[in-house]
Amino acid sequence: MSEKYVSPRYQDASAELGEQIRQADAAGSPLRIVGGDTRGFYGRTMDGTPLSLAAHRGITHYDPVELVVSVRAGTPLAELEAALEAEGQMLGCEPPRFGEGSTVGGMIATGLSGPRRPWAGAVRDFVLGTRVIDRAGRELRFGGEVMKNVAGYDLSRLMVGAQGTLGVVSEVSMKVLPKPAASASLHLDMPLEKALDRLTEWGRQPLPITAAAYAAGALHLRLEGGASSVAATRERLGGDELKDGFWQALRDLNLPFFNQDSRPLWRLSLPNHTPPLSLAGETLFDWAGAQRWLKSDADPDEIRAAASSAGGHASCLTPGTAEPFTPLAPVIAKYHRRLKAELDPNGIFNPGRLYGDF
Amino acid sequence: MNILYDEHLDGAIAPHDKADVLADLSRAIPGMTLLHHEEDLRPFECDGLSVYQVLPMLVALPETLDQVETLMRRCNALGVPVVTRGAGTGLSGGALPLEQGVLLVMSRFKRILDVDPEARVARVQPGVRNLAISEAAAPHGLYYAPDPSSQIACSIGGNVAENAGGVHCLKYGLTVHNVLKVEVITIEGERMTLGSEAFDAPGFDLLALFTGSEGMLGVITEITVKLLPKPETAKVLMASFDDVEKAGRAVGEIIAAGIIPGGLEMMDKLAIRAAEDFVKAGYPVDAEAILLCELDGVEADVADDCETVRRVLEAAGATDIQQARDEAERARFWAGRKNAFPAVGRMSPDYYCMDGTIPRRALPGVLKGIARLSEESGLRVANVFHAGDGNMHPLILFDANQPGELELAEEVGGKILELCVEAGGSITGEHGVGREKINQMCAQFQPDEITAFHAVKAAFDEQRLLNPGKNIPTLQRCAEFGAMHVHNNELPHPELPRF
Repeated sequence: MSEKYVSPRYQDASAELGEQIRQADAAGSPLRIVGGDTRGFYGRTMDGTPLSLAAHRGITHYDPVELVVSVRAGTPLAELEAALEAEGQMLGCEPPRFGEGSTVGGMIATGLSGPRRPWAGAVRDFVLGTRVIDRAGRELRFGGEVMKNVAGYDLSRLMVGAQGTLGVVSEVSMKVLPKPAASASLHLDMPLEKALDRLTEWGRQPLPITAAAYAAGALHLRLEGGASSVAATRERLGGDELKDGFWQALRDLNLPFFNQDSRPLWRLSLPNHTPPLSLAGETLFDWAGAQRWLKSDADPDEIRAAASSAGGHASCLTPGTAEPFTPLAPVIAKYHRRLKAELDPNGIFNPGRLYGDF
Repeated sequence: MNILYDEHLDGAIAPHDKADVLADLSRAIPGMTLLHHEEDLRPFECDGLSVYQVLPMLVALPETLDQVETLMRRCNALGVPVVTRGAGTGLSGGALPLEQGVLLVMSRFKRILDVDPEARVARVQPGVRNLAISEAAAPHGLYYAPDPSSQIACSIGGNVAENAGGVHCLKYGLTVHNVLKVEVITIEGERMTLGSEAFDAPGFDLLALFTGSEGMLGVITEITVKLLPKPETAKVLMASFDDVEKAGRAVGEIIAAGIIPGGLEMMDKLAIRAAEDFVKAGYPVDAEAILLCELDGVEADVADDCETVRRVLEAAGATDIQQARDEAERARFWAGRKNAFPAVGRMSPDYYCMDGTIPRRALPGVLKGIARLSEESGLRVANVFHAGDGNMHPLILFDANQPGELELAEEVGGKILELCVEAGGSITGEHGVGREKINQMCAQFQPDEITAFHAVKAAFDEQRLLNPGKNIPTLQRCAEFGAMHVHNNELPHPELPRF
């Protein structure tokens, strides 16, 4: 049971980062936190002196038997995942990469998860702990490297998806999973309504499904698990073999659907079992229908109202959108402002990245 | 430690006249049950950490959200602290009342509001028992995964407040992984929805922040949980070992083989003997340790996994391996583990259940450390734990009637938690900090981190009225606690005033 230490390029820039942050806070001068700069489209454009995490990289601790990896924020996701792959392990949340430069820090900041999310969990579900540099330039540690840890408030998970607005995540410890023994992907031609019904029906059964998308008139499924159950389920569900690379393309928003025209791209996050919404445009269903990508010229208010009535929310991912995210309920917005005021009173951490008033 | 709230270390509480507060609340919320006679307050004087009792000033038993909202507003206006309680089964004193505070009891909110088998969610009130959710979901072939050992009695609201775990956490996660949405009421009386029935919500993850916040940021008034399809089958293997270290290594080897069991539990000799005396589960009373490994899922996969685990256990040096032949035997194998605490309780007038997490590889070392502490103190310690995720429950046996034994048991407990921190783990895996471990928080966190926790608290509860004296220590407390660990005659935090 040895610890493996795999780090082609290993650098610790926490002192320099801390100093840059401390000075920015003293001057009240906004910072724009940058990793690989591949996720600009997922938020509001903001000004600020770049604070680059690129020089703060490397795996600091990886123990396959403990199912934990600790890695610095500037590490490219490709590097981390290659290290895990070498041990037959993976990140269950299947984080998207939007270019070779996509970093671990960007994954944490945006909290975006891939096709396996409904079955395995989101980025935030796999976070065991973080190191966060606060406005005084100090590196604080929250959580740790163990799964069962309920000491103190869960500031690590609070940082996931906060897009740097509460502090700079310099390092994260994540739970890793063994890669499945077997995997198979299927493609079944069928109408949308039937596909959604099937998904609801199968969702109530213990089937080894770990991805489900509907696009181009077909249901796309991935099965993962033991060799026996994958084979048996394949047999039972039928369909054709799905070509390699589909899930990765979906994960990275790289299918033709995403790039074929210039209509705005929306992400709808909806409860399970939500029927198709009557909105103009074209929809690609992911997460068995709980994450829908919509290419549409429809009025943003109309799209948001439809998502909200269904119990969800909608984000516009077209770069340069003034307000990409669904407005927060007033009392929720109040507590966002209060948290921001407590942790970043001088507004130096990515101000305006999520919403205009913090 | 002194379990009572100490204004010098925990912060000042403005004095209130009980009669005045009672009159104010009765007038503001006429329909709400408000207890104030001593004999009516007694049943609420402690939670599952029953060695400590404090009578609250008043006990409120609301039945509507309007009542909860008004109660919070009035307490906020008056500056009266509020301690929230679910079923009172917590083991860290999280619901231990405050003498000067109101105990807000949520147990009357016990309705299951909706079970939606197609969306696979259940919407419930906070007083609903954990097991009741799975019982309601069962006709649909679904269940709620987190299964704390107290699940027949503990409330889901309490589970969210503590981020409760259980045997099946390793594979299915803690409460935070299984909840989609909560409704809360703040100390200012505002209603907020955190999370969503969708898989995420815009803005910060306040749902994750509130989960495990131990009643300090708001009161939970409704919970929407995820339901999972019941596994097709579950099989359990029981392996005996003549050496605790071998058992610990076997745990790691199972994971290294790429298997995530549904449950992976370990018991040491003292715990095994206690359980066997009590439940007659067929445990091997001469073994130094046993492992219970449950594999669940689809029939074919489970069969394959059982074979793999068997081989791993043999290679690790198990002296005997049994597989439960049917459901009845599987229940019997588990009965010993599930009844471990009361079983150990029979061996001693009192026991003190600890809760700490360590990396799995540190198991042998920490067990040795515990054995040493047991020998030095003269108190027996039985070990039961969620070996799969390194979450330990050492049970320290003592007799509270013997002068000094309670304090000695607590001292041993505190040292065990420090061993956990030194080994790279945590002082609490699932029971929460509450009042019990507030000093040990000073060992796990640096002052700047504690300050960050206070900043988050200030965002939601400026006056510190929600469950004061719990979970997050003041810096004064850490300075004081640090004084018990003086190194080289240097007092830690010399800059902090000591009262």
